[in-house]
Amino acid sequence: MSKGSPISPALMAAKSAGGPKAPERVERPADAAVDIAAAVSAVLGPNNVVPPTAMTGSQAIVRSLEELGVEDIFGLPGGAILPTYDPLMASRMNHILVRHEQGAGHAAQGYAMVTGRVGVCIATSGPGATNLVTAIMDAHMDSVPMVAITGQVASGVIGTDAFQEADIVGITMPITKHSFLVTDPNEIPHVMAEAFHLASTGRPGPVLVDIAKDAQQGQMTFSWPPKIDLPGYHPVLRGHSKQLREAARLIAAASKPVLYVGGGVVKAHASAELRELAELSGAPVVTTLMARGVFPDSHPQHVGMPGMHGTVSAVTALQQSDLLITLGARFDDRVTGVLKSFAPNAKVIHADIDPAEISKNRTADVPIVGSVKEIIPELSEALRVQFAASGTPDLTNWWVFLNNLKETYPLGWTEPDDGLSAPQRVIERIGALTGPEGVYVAGVGQHQMWASQFIKYERPHAWLNSGGAGTMGYAVPAAMGAKVGDPDRVVWAIDGDGCFQMTNQELATCAINKIPIKVAIINNSSLGMVRQWQTLFYEGRYSNTDLNTGHDTVRIPDFVKLADAYGCASFRCERDEDIDATIQKALEINDRPVVIDFVVSPNSMVWPMVPAGVSNDQIQVARNMTPDWEEED
Amino acid sequence: MPRHTLSVLVEDKPGVLTRVASLFARRAFNIHSLAVGPTEVPGMSRMTVVVDADGELVEQITKQLNKLVNVIKIVELTPESSVQRDHILVKVRADAATRLQVTQAADLFRASVVDVSTESVVIEATGHPEKLTALLSVLEPFGIREIVQSGSLAIGRGSRSMSDRALRSA
Repeated sequence: MSKGSPISPALMAAKSAGGPKAPERVERPADAAVDIAAAVSAVLGPNNVVPPTAMTGSQAIVRSLEELGVEDIFGLPGGAILPTYDPLMASRMNHILVRHEQGAGHAAQGYAMVTGRVGVCIATSGPGATNLVTAIMDAHMDSVPMVAITGQVASGVIGTDAFQEADIVGITMPITKHSFLVTDPNEIPHVMAEAFHLASTGRPGPVLVDIAKDAQQGQMTFSWPPKIDLPGYHPVLRGHSKQLREAARLIAAASKPVLYVGGGVVKAHASAELRELAELSGAPVVTTLMARGVFPDSHPQHVGMPGMHGTVSAVTALQQSDLLITLGARFDDRVTGVLKSFAPNAKVIHADIDPAEISKNRTADVPIVGSVKEIIPELSEALRVQFAASGTPDLTNWWVFLNNLKETYPLGWTEPDDGLSAPQRVIERIGALTGPEGVYVAGVGQHQMWASQFIKYERPHAWLNSGGAGTMGYAVPAAMGAKVGDPDRVVWAIDGDGCFQMTNQELATCAINKIPIKVAIINNSSLGMVRQWQTLFYEGRYSNTDLNTGHDTVRIPDFVKLADAYGCASFRCERDEDIDATIQKALEINDRPVVIDFVVSPNSMVWPMVPAGVSNDQIQVARNMTPDWEEED
Repeated sequence: MPRHTLSVLVEDKPGVLTRVASLFARRAFNIHSLAVGPTEVPGMSRMTVVVDADGELVEQITKQLNKLVNVIKIVELTPESSVQRDHILVKVRADAATRLQVTQAADLFRASVVDVSTESVVIEATGHPEKLTALLSVLEPFGIREIVQSGSLAIGRGSRSMSDRALRSA
C-alpha cells in the first residue's frame, strides 16, 4: 500500500520526513497531522484530526483503536493490561470478554474472515499472551489480518523474570508478520496505526503489539492521525504488464489450462474479477480449501477442491494440466502431494502478493507479484487482446475429459454398516437446509473435510477453517467472532467431538453476550482423522483415539448436558430420520446458542484420499480403489 | 554449495538482529557468517550475511529477508564487484626460539603482532578469507592457541553507495 509517495531510496524517509514543511506554529504535531491526512493515508479509519491532547498511554491505546475504526474486540484482562481495561470500559467499542485467550484470538480471526477488517484481540502478559500463540500462528499460516495487543510487565523489570513475564515478541517472532514492544507511551499512536496497516495490507497477517505496563500508565500527548514510518515495507499491488501479456499468451496457447485458485483471492475480495476471468478463458477452476466459495460450486466450470481430500476431477485437472494459472495459492503440500510428481507437464503462471511464495515450492514460468484484485482484471484485459489476435483456444477435449471425471467420480459416501448416521449426511443436510447465505466454520479433521466437500459454497467468506495450521478447537471461537462480525447471518460451527472439547468454554461467552451461533458436533466418539489413518496405515491399532463421547459409551462429557449448563439450547440427534427436524429446530432458535450432538458412525472415512507421501496420481476414491485411468486421452 | 554474500540494510531497531537470525534458523538456511554494525546513515545498520546456498535458495532467502519489515534493502555482492574482508586475531605459541619465525610469517601476510608474551604472540590480520586460511596454515605448525574471527565485511566497488542504489538488486 502506498505511504503517500514512493520513497526511494527508502531510508531517506527516516531523515527527511521528520517534520512538516512550514512549522510556523508551535503545535507541530497538529500541523503534521493535517499534512499527512491530506495525502493518501495509510492510517486506517476515517483519519479524524485530533489536536494534541494529554492522556495516559492506556487511554491512547483505546483512543487509537477507536480512531482506527475498530468496533469489536475480543479479550481477557490481567495484571499487565489492567490499565488499558479501565478506559476501555468507557469506550464505545464493544469488548467481548472471552473465557480463554485462545478463544479471543480465534474469534478475532473469524471476525476478520467474514468482515475483511482487522480482527483485534487483547490479553495480559505471560500466560495470557502465550495463550494467544496458537491463534497467532493460525492467523499467520492462513494470512488473516489480526492485531494482538498484549500487556507486558513494566519496562524496568523486563528481563528479570518478573511475575507473569514472557518474551512474547520473541516467542511469536516466527509466527507474526511483525511485532512491536512499546515502552514509551508516546509511541502508542503510530505503533497502533502501523500495526493495523501491516496487518491489513500486502499479504495480511497477525501483528503483535506488546505494551509495557508503565507505558500504559505513563502520560503522553495524543494526536491523530500519526505518521506511519515503515521504510522497509512496500507491498507491490500492480502486476508487471509484460508478465501479464506473457501470461495471456500462455493461456491462449494452452490446451489444458486450470485456474488454481487459493485463499488470496478471498482475502483480496476478487471473486467477481475471478469469475470474469474464468468465463473469458473457459478454463476449469479448482478452489483450494482456503478458497472454497470464491468461485461458485454450482458454476459449470468449477471442478472441485484439489488436494489430499479433493475431488478426482480437481486433482486430475491439476495433474494433467499443461498450464496452471495460479492465483493467490501457494502450492501447499496438502495440494501438491509429492511435489516433484505434481502437475508434471504444466507450465506455471503464479500470481501472488507475497513474492516469497512465488517459486518457493514450484518454480513459476511466469511470476506475477501483486494483488490478485488488480492482477485478475488486468489479466482478463490482456487475454481479450490476446484472444482477439490469436483466437480463442479450443478446450473441448479438455472439458470432455474433465466432465467425464466429474460424472464418473462425484463426491459421495457409503452408508455405515453399524446402523449409525453417516456424518457426511448430517453435514450435507446442514448445508442444504441453511443455504449458501450461511457461514460455516469448521474445526480440523474429518468433519472439516466433509464440511468442505458436502456443503455447497456459492460465495466467498462463507467458509472458515484452520487450513494451514490445522488447529483443533478453531471452530467455536471463530464462529463466535464470525457471528459478531456478521450478525445477520446464520453461523454454524461444524465441529468434531475432539475439537469441541478444546475450546467449548466460549459457549459461555456466546450465551452471555447473546451471540447465537449454532454448533453441530459431528460426534464419532473419536479423534476421527487420526483414527482413519490408524485404520488405513496402522493395521487398525487405535492408539489413543477413542474419546468415549458417542454411541454406546459412557458419554463423558454429555454434550447435551454440557451445552445446557452453558445456557445453550441443546439437542441430540441419533437417527437419520431426525436429522432434518433437528437442524430446523436449531435454525429457528436465535436468542441463544444451539448445540446439537449428532451421534454418527466412527467408521466413516474421508474419500477421496491421496495418501501422504505419494503422487496425486495415486488418488483413491475409496479404500484401495483408484480411478480407472483407461479413459484418459 | 556456492557461497553468496548479501549486504542487508536494516533499521537499527531492537530485535532486528534476532529477526534476521531467527528467520535463518526457522527456514533452515545456513549462515556462514554474519557481521553487523552502524552505517553512514543514522538509524540504519548494515549486515553482511554470507550464506551457503544455491541460486534458487539464495533467491528464497532474499525474498524472505525482504519480508521483514525492518529490512530496507538487500544487495548481493559478487566477488568481482565487491571487496570482502575478514578480520582475525590468532594467539600462536612462540617462545624465544620460534618467535622470529612466527613474526616473519606474519610479515609475509602483512599481519601485525599486537601482543607478545614469553610463551606466545597475538597476530592480527585482515584480508580475504582465503588469505586468512593461508596464514593459519602457515602458523599452524607453531601451535595455535586461540582464534577469534569476525564475520566477513563486504562493500561494493566504485563510487556508488548501497543507500543510493542497488548494485545488483537482489
